[in-house]
Amino acid sequence: MDSFLTSRVVTDILGGLTNGAIYGLVALSLVLVWRATRVLNFAQGAMPMFATYLGMGLLSYHWPYWVCVGVCLVAAFAIGALTERVLVRPLYGKPEINPIVVMVGYLIILEAFAAAIWSTTPRSLPAPFSPIDWRLAGQPVGLSPFSLFEVVTALVVMGAIVTLFRFTRLGLQLRASALAPEVSRLLGVRVGRMLTLGWMLSTAVGAVTAILVASNFFTGLTPQLMDGIFAFGFIAAAVGGLDSPVGAVASGIALGVVLQFVGDFLNSNAIILVALGILIVSLMVRPNGLLTRSTARRV
Amino acid sequence: MITVERLTVAFGAVYALREVSLRAETGKITAVLGANGAGKTTLLRTISGLVAPKSGTVSLDERVLTRRKPEEIARLGVGHVPEGRGVIAEFTVEENLRLGAIVARVPLADGLDEQYEAFPVLGQRRKQHAAKLSGGERQMLAMARALIARPSVLLLDEPSLGLAPLVTAQLMATVAELCATRDLTVVLVEQNASSALRIAHHAVVLNVGTVVADAPAAEVAADERLRQYYLGMVE
Repeated sequence: MDSFLTSRVVTDILGGLTNGAIYGLVALSLVLVWRATRVLNFAQGAMPMFATYLGMGLLSYHWPYWVCVGVCLVAAFAIGALTERVLVRPLYGKPEINPIVVMVGYLIILEAFAAAIWSTTPRSLPAPFSPIDWRLAGQPVGLSPFSLFEVVTALVVMGAIVTLFRFTRLGLQLRASALAPEVSRLLGVRVGRMLTLGWMLSTAVGAVTAILVASNFFTGLTPQLMDGIFAFGFIAAAVGGLDSPVGAVASGIALGVVLQFVGDFLNSNAIILVALGILIVSLMVRPNGLLTRSTARRV
Repeated sequence: MITVERLTVAFGAVYALREVSLRAETGKITAVLGANGAGKTTLLRTISGLVAPKSGTVSLDERVLTRRKPEEIARLGVGHVPEGRGVIAEFTVEENLRLGAIVARVPLADGLDEQYEAFPVLGQRRKQHAAKLSGGERQMLAMARALIARPSVLLLDEPSLGLAPLVTAQLMATVAELCATRDLTVVLVEQNASSALRIAHHAVVLNVGTVVADAPAAEVAADERLRQYYLGMVE
């Protein structure tokens, strides 16, 4: 019994880490856009979904897997850049509700277009690594090569984003453009380009996430692929703090683990309730997020 | 040299500048003086491209700056230290300087060394967040951040604002020295007319958007009428 319980706990933690890595990546992509342009992007799931269809669709023409992944990323960069330039740029300085309404509309349009072009029938994508759990003494341990790949990918992407922001000239300009656009322009920073770049990076992180989600045997690639995941990623971003990339990934992973336990020990119907409860409580206790400094910003 | 010709700026129906013309010579400090609302800050913001004029032109040497973007004007060698300094509080001292060096043509390390030598206190506090600096230190950081790009023009907006008289005097001495040693064109906007006139070569007095005096600094300083009516310098 003891060993049964231990193994159940371990399995839940490992399974939760995998789901959490995905939530963390969605949260990270939301944070990138929020930091750059103060827009909550409700189409954050749909934009990468579109890029994933464009890139992974080439698998049918026998393109190699990793080349298709590369095409997804390029498509994501293009979609991110176009969206910022055409849809979002006219909204800067307008009431906060405007970008929200526009992005929700954009989400609906993208999903409808995807359904019209590629139909709503799920397409299975090959997983690059085996999705079958490793076994210990005949029992599955809750971790497969593919889920390990998901966790490692989330950490590598987060590490790359943090390195970019903290240690590079480009990252310095990205941060400065978000914090003090006018001063940045006076110092010669091409702020418009930096904002576009923020959206491009965010959509590319989203595409990595969408590929991982779509590679899951049970979901496959559908136009609504990211809808459910987006909700959890959104909660993770709000709890971790919309300004903190590390906070977003950390709270995504924590959320994944907690919800796995809820699903296993309570009831899988309670998952969304608990997730929303966590959101409400954390917004009451720390409205700015757990990992952001809660000081008012000097303008 | 900065040449401003018949510059008119309006915000809706309100005119901030009307047909303002002036010239800031290379290697000289040109003080722009006047009371609150005279249009001094608007003048600097128009020179650096943040505000689009209704009519008139701004040129740097032979090149017209009007209708260029602020980031382009910065890249052409115009450094603007805005009112309130514009130091990014969330950045460390060094990050602020690195940001200033984005458009510099000299290697970053040389630029940093140069600024830390000119402003030793910044070197001591390089890893600290700018939020922790005093008012005088922030002003130094803002100036160093503009200078690290090696601009040919330096626009200073109210550098003495909120500083103690002794700190202001030191700051003005630094500006005078920089101007002389680097052949900088300095446009110094100040409400604190007496400390600005002490170092300026030339002075322009603005009153509700128009030029009321344009003369060597010594003449403006000696003009009783200007002192009383526009500069608030009553003995």
